[in-house]
Amino acid sequence: MDVVLDNLDRIAGGLGVTVTLTLASWVGAFAIGVVVASFRVGPIPPLRVLGASYVEVVRNCPLTVLFVVFFFGFPSIGITQPPFTSAVIVLSVYTGAFVAETVRAGVNTVARGQVEAARSLGLGFTQVLGLVVLPQALRSVVGPLGSLFSALIRNSSVAYTIGLVELTLTANQIALETAQFVPVFTGVALAYLALTLPTGLALGVIERRVAIRR
Amino acid sequence: MKRIPSRWLTPVLVVLALFATSCGSDEPAPGTGARGGDGGEQAQAPEHPEGSTMAAIQAAGTITVGTKFDQRLFGQTNPRTGEVEGFDVEIAELVVEAIGPEVEIDFVETPSNIREIAIEEGTVDMVVATYTINDARKERIDFAGPYYVAGQDIMVPAGNPLGIGGVDDLNGKRVCSVQGSTSITNVRELAPEAQVTEFPLYTNCADAMRDGRVDAVSTDNVILLGLVEQYGAEVFEVVGNAFTTEPYGIGIPKGDDQLRSFINDRLEEIFANGEWAAAYERTVGTVSEETPQPPAVDRY
Repeated sequence: MDVVLDNLDRIAGGLGVTVTLTLASWVGAFAIGVVVASFRVGPIPPLRVLGASYVEVVRNCPLTVLFVVFFFGFPSIGITQPPFTSAVIVLSVYTGAFVAETVRAGVNTVARGQVEAARSLGLGFTQVLGLVVLPQALRSVVGPLGSLFSALIRNSSVAYTIGLVELTLTANQIALETAQFVPVFTGVALAYLALTLPTGLALGVIERRVAIRR
Repeated sequence: MKRIPSRWLTPVLVVLALFATSCGSDEPAPGTGARGGDGGEQAQAPEHPEGSTMAAIQAAGTITVGTKFDQRLFGQTNPRTGEVEGFDVEIAELVVEAIGPEVEIDFVETPSNIREIAIEEGTVDMVVATYTINDARKERIDFAGPYYVAGQDIMVPAGNPLGIGGVDDLNGKRVCSVQGSTSITNVRELAPEAQVTEFPLYTNCADAMRDGRVDAVSTDNVILLGLVEQYGAEVFEVVGNAFTTEPYGIGIPKGDDQLRSFINDRLEEIFANGEWAAAYERTVGTVSEETPQPPAVDRY
């Protein structure tokens, strides 16, 4: 494991990029997911279709393909972004589709009576959604959202295809310089675990805190 | 679905494994270079010392050689025939011919990052894959050769708008190379101020340069020549000022000195009798100006 210890600063640097990328993408994915889920449960047909098409297209494409198309293909139509920004956009758009489906599932768990009661009080669609439905819906899907967050941490490694020097690409660099793949990648696997395991524990705590007690 | 009782699992897996291994060798995979039997020269079978790797390969009648399937001029699948072609492939065929003219070569794809492990685990008998000889790699495997010495050079947009003349000029520029190559390390050492970008494929770097995202692409000159051929001389040009030497060797399992000296002897033979030069001219020579002198074999 000497290779890992000798290159600890580089691994830490890669880990930093992975963490920043994951957090930035999660903010984007969550925002996209909530908006798209609202489209899909809302009363306006064109938006429902738009939301459904977005989810189906993005969810059924491999992430690597999205990365390559956005980074290497989009410059020909005039959209050129640096690697980090590209990675945030692609991961947000990709994870956003899954968040949307999860939030929609959560919305379906909210009892009909809640919506009817809110409407009878005179609340409009956005108020019903924002004040009554979403707070309850999100609480019921904390677990699945946590799985998506953990998947996002691991998916962020695909950004190596566009040359973003995050944890996996850092490992690849060190492994090639030293010709010691197994120790390096074992060390990096542990680094990913160090990110995902506490996330899982933290989620358990959050889930209990926000649980709806009746 | 009915669940399979766990006591069945082991026998079932064993049977499946037997199937997999027994079927594996019957069918030649696509990319198999059938050398044996098609040559005009029907030499009698060479004799090898008993217990040597060469004797074992001769007895088996097949050898597995790792090469690249996407390396223009060295090892690339021909889309029409499905066979892998290039200088590395020809070198492998010339070496194997000396082990036994009837030995069939099974080429398998070994990208840069799996070459050592493929040799160590025995999934290939040798690797001929633009494989630069260096000390870190020698810790794990041995190298015969070199059979070719490339040099790292720089490719720029045609007309060289930034006037890059050598490695020093890369400081402050955006330079691209491929992940897992020694080229990246060389640029970092020799031009510490360069902003290095790395992608999985050389064509990614070429696309990035065409789109103006990087100023230069740096790797072994022969690979750059292949890219110029692919994209067109009106798009890219090679600076032509190599700043490293990259000796390409044949990777074999560590400690097999008998096999190593056998391959080295054979390389010297083809250097001397012109077969090496002929193989070069058929492949790399189609884009480079003149055929170089063969390198000196390094018997360390």
